[in-house]
Amino acid sequence: MTTTVATEQALTQRQLKARAGRRRLAGKLSAIIGTLPMMIVAIGVFVIGITFTVVLSFTNSKLFPSFNFVGWRQYEILWATPRWQQSVINIWFYGFGHIALCLGLGFALAVAIDQRIRGEDAFRTVFLYPFALSAVITGLVWQLMLDPNWGFQAFVRSLGYTDFTFAPLANSNTALLGMVVASVWNGVGVTMAILLSGLRGVDEEIWKAARIDGIPTWRTYISIVVPMMRGAVATALVLLVVNVVRTFDIVIAMTGGGPGISTQMPATYVIDNINSRNVGHGMAAATCMLLPIAVLIIVQAVYRWRASRRGRTT
Amino acid sequence: MSAISASAGIEPSGPRPKQVTAARVGIYAFLLIAALFFLIPLIVMIMTSMKSMNEIRGGNIFALPTQPTFDYWVKAWSSACTGVACTGLAPGFFNSVKITLLSVPISIVIAMINGYALSFWRFRGAELMFAILVFGAFVPFQVLVYPIIFGLSRVGLFGTLPGIVIVHTIFGMPILTLLFRNFFSSLPVELFKAARVDGAGFWRIFFSVMLPMSVPIAIVAVILQVTGIWNDFIFGLVFAGRENMPMTVQLNNIVRTSTGTVEYSTNMAATVLTGAVPLIVYFVSGKWFVRGIAAGAVKG
Repeated sequence: MTTTVATEQALTQRQLKARAGRRRLAGKLSAIIGTLPMMIVAIGVFVIGITFTVVLSFTNSKLFPSFNFVGWRQYEILWATPRWQQSVINIWFYGFGHIALCLGLGFALAVAIDQRIRGEDAFRTVFLYPFALSAVITGLVWQLMLDPNWGFQAFVRSLGYTDFTFAPLANSNTALLGMVVASVWNGVGVTMAILLSGLRGVDEEIWKAARIDGIPTWRTYISIVVPMMRGAVATALVLLVVNVVRTFDIVIAMTGGGPGISTQMPATYVIDNINSRNVGHGMAAATCMLLPIAVLIIVQAVYRWRASRRGRTT
Repeated sequence: MSAISASAGIEPSGPRPKQVTAARVGIYAFLLIAALFFLIPLIVMIMTSMKSMNEIRGGNIFALPTQPTFDYWVKAWSSACTGVACTGLAPGFFNSVKITLLSVPISIVIAMINGYALSFWRFRGAELMFAILVFGAFVPFQVLVYPIIFGLSRVGLFGTLPGIVIVHTIFGMPILTLLFRNFFSSLPVELFKAARVDGAGFWRIFFSVMLPMSVPIAIVAVILQVTGIWNDFIFGLVFAGRENMPMTVQLNNIVRTSTGTVEYSTNMAATVLTGAVPLIVYFVSGKWFVRGIAAGAVKG
């Protein structure tokens, strides 16, 4: 009697286990079906797409892909082309200016807003709204402001200073500076928001301790607070670098790449080469654009790996 | 607003100094000058769009319009020339609405399922796929532009509405998936286990438990996508085709088309009209928008 009950129990348990196993399997199957779009994009677009671009950069593809391999030819031509050289110089100059100003001004604004000021929300709203506007709009508005005939120069001249000159976009030596001003106007609010959340994440006790020790406020910021919020700084920096490498819209809207080739960027170079049916060459330029991002990702991976290892040993 | 600052005044004095000192005056001066720098372009943009060209020529850009007019808004909307066609921004506006209305729900639903599966139904290879996807968020679009043009033309979708919707869905996927994965990972696992014990499967749990819970994060995702897709220029330029040209591309065409003297009144009116949608989203959604930005920034 008791033995039959036991076997019956064992049986039902085994059946239950089998049913649970089937259900788990069905769930996993559904998960795979549900994430098919993700897998198609990950493999089909990112892996195969990037491979396709890199492979084509070694061919002499014109409008359609051809698999006529020419080795490093496209890269040799690329780096001997003045417009590409100028694009690379431009993106370093623009990138340095944009990132330095966004971080510097963004940090200053975040610190100022963090001082328990009146109307904090109003200030934050004003600093952030340009980010809601597209790069095309940013470019167009600042083009007007910097146009010597209508903009800032005309305004100062109308006040009586008739030989005042301020026309950065008209001069190939200063056009990039105008673009930096416009892009900082658009992007500094986000940097401020990220850094502000970093500042707010620093424990209040740190400030009390620093004050008791008589450390001046600026010193506390530089030596204690900034190192503590390096996560926020890193996030802002990565975001800025990625955006700089992509820079395209603002160039088209603000200067069209001119005067001459003074505001050309790698992104405009790639698109122009695809449009002018020189795909192999354009893909070589695109592959070069991938390099700084690849470096960034490797650095981050190493950093994370070291952090996780440190976490395990302690 | 005043209530907030009043309550801030009652709070026990924190670590940061808050007496009326020279430093404090300096902070306000700095903030006010910065606010001016941020506001002037918007003010100039709106004022210029209401001035006649004669007035712009005679006066200065910081002067108020003497006879404010919306004529240029009407012109920018319905009759300004973009290339050869003189139809104004209106067709572009409706194209942008179509593209946004299709892309936003599709991309969010896909990302939501991705995030849910990654948090509760991990299967072999899922993390790798996700890592590739997040890596994709860093890749400059220019690296992928030609393969996508090639792929879409092979299936006949290049230059079509479905084509541009697919592109927006692809490029929205990394950051949105990350957003939803982080959200679902923050939910208690017991919630999921309880539903499992009750016999619910993958889709049942998704629709009955997870979907209703993810409304707040979905709002953030909607704001992120609506503003992102509305402001998009390059995808529209490359993939939408003449028929579906979004508003931003048309705006740029209007400005580039003007021959002779630049007609800034019309250009700025067109700019105001194009910028109105994201600005309204920003001012209406407030904190949600900021959360969206923060979420977008997390991809770093």
